[in-house]
Amino acid sequence: MSDSAQRRTPLYDLHAERGAKLVPFAGWEMPVTYEGIREEHSAVRTHAGMFDVSHMGEVEVEGPDALDFLQLVFSNDVARLELGGAQYSCLCAEDGGVLDDLFAYRLGGDRFLIVTNAANHETDLAWLGRWSRGFDVAVRDVADRYAMLAVQGPHARAVLAGALGIKLPARMHVTHPRVGGRPALVCGTGYTGEDGVEMLIDPEVAPAIWAELLDAGIVPCGLGARDTLRLEVCFPLHGHELTPQRNPIEAGLGWCCAEPTGFLGSEAIAIARRDGTAERLAPFLVEGAGIARDGNEVVLGDEVVGAVSSGTFSPSLERGAGMAYVRSDLAEPGTEVEIDVRGKRRPARIASKPLYRRS
Amino acid sequence: MADATYPDDLRYHDQHDWARIEGDVATFGITWYAQDSLGEVVFYDPPEVGATVQKDSSYAEVESVKAVSEVVAPLSGEVVEVNDALEDTPERINEDPYGEGWLIKVRLTAAAEDEALLSAAEYRKLLENG
Repeated sequence: MSDSAQRRTPLYDLHAERGAKLVPFAGWEMPVTYEGIREEHSAVRTHAGMFDVSHMGEVEVEGPDALDFLQLVFSNDVARLELGGAQYSCLCAEDGGVLDDLFAYRLGGDRFLIVTNAANHETDLAWLGRWSRGFDVAVRDVADRYAMLAVQGPHARAVLAGALGIKLPARMHVTHPRVGGRPALVCGTGYTGEDGVEMLIDPEVAPAIWAELLDAGIVPCGLGARDTLRLEVCFPLHGHELTPQRNPIEAGLGWCCAEPTGFLGSEAIAIARRDGTAERLAPFLVEGAGIARDGNEVVLGDEVVGAVSSGTFSPSLERGAGMAYVRSDLAEPGTEVEIDVRGKRRPARIASKPLYRRS
Repeated sequence: MADATYPDDLRYHDQHDWARIEGDVATFGITWYAQDSLGEVVFYDPPEVGATVQKDSSYAEVESVKAVSEVVAPLSGEVVEVNDALEDTPERINEDPYGEGWLIKVRLTAAAEDEALLSAAEYRKLLENG
């Protein structure tokens, strides 16, 4: 894709002015870092950081059949999602492959808001549109209505509530305060392993709100730190841990699959749950020098036994770390393997989730 | 991090490496531009002493949190010393790319190869022209 085709968030000019490193990501020109990934990572672990995640998509599902429709397409039991609540689900194909992973927020008895991954937004819309036939439900693309800011860190709530003068939702809940004088949604969710919120706000007021939060001392963070933060707490990323070729069971997401609802893919997933899968997702730590990267093979003796789905330098643990799909019998904490890092074999150990836990 | 600098006493390779030539031994490293593009260096994987490096070919890797970068030899020769201190403090490549952040020292094996390298002025021009 040429640069001219890259989309920009309402905060693009602020990022550029501040000297952020901007890179193409899922069709968007996004900040990967401002001052350095390690500093930003550390700000979120110890204080408060904020991310422009306006590239993420939003879909509204509304109508008398909204709940029945979502039960068909989402892996989780949507009937358990109460008013003002948030719930994580996979969107699966008939064979159980993961098309996307997303959060649903229940805004009304028959009204839901879904947040999609930017790279999958259009295909999710087409999939939802196709399966909504026969249901009395409207599926609307409302991505242009929202800018999205994630404010995360141990002090995020206190600083944010003080700066904006709003009451914040509990974890896994959503509130509807006015932000910048406009209606907004504030959700007690995140992708860093720290406390905090994600805010869906009017794009027109987003630059002023961003500037206000900067003044309040919240550190601007790019997608680089977002990735290292989520990896340390073993949150999957679609396109890496989750793909249409993998089912939620092998990805360790059986907890968000409610097969009795009969959702699309539930039969294949029930079989995978019962019989087990050839490979399973497991976190790993590199023992000593070296940083395993996406696609590196996991080896045991002469045998290739898996591949790294996401690999990075972990700023908190100060070593190579990540997640890999490995033969199921090896996916146990403590298993010693090697990872072929561009021709050099690096000793690594399968670890338990999460890789990082606040001490 | 300090501002962009390109010392006049060094020779530059267009893949953003520098050489400080002293007789038949040269010190290699990466330029200010290279370390700035890469971001905070967290790992340096050096060649072994005694290894042969070939002009224009990769001889080492430096890695930031998110990226791996191959380091290209500006000249050919045999590695006589590697900067072991970088094992514990790879960030010196960012902080002092022409000083404590040097990567290897090489005994040169191909005379006159350095004629193909750029002066500081020529390298700065290359960067300006993107």
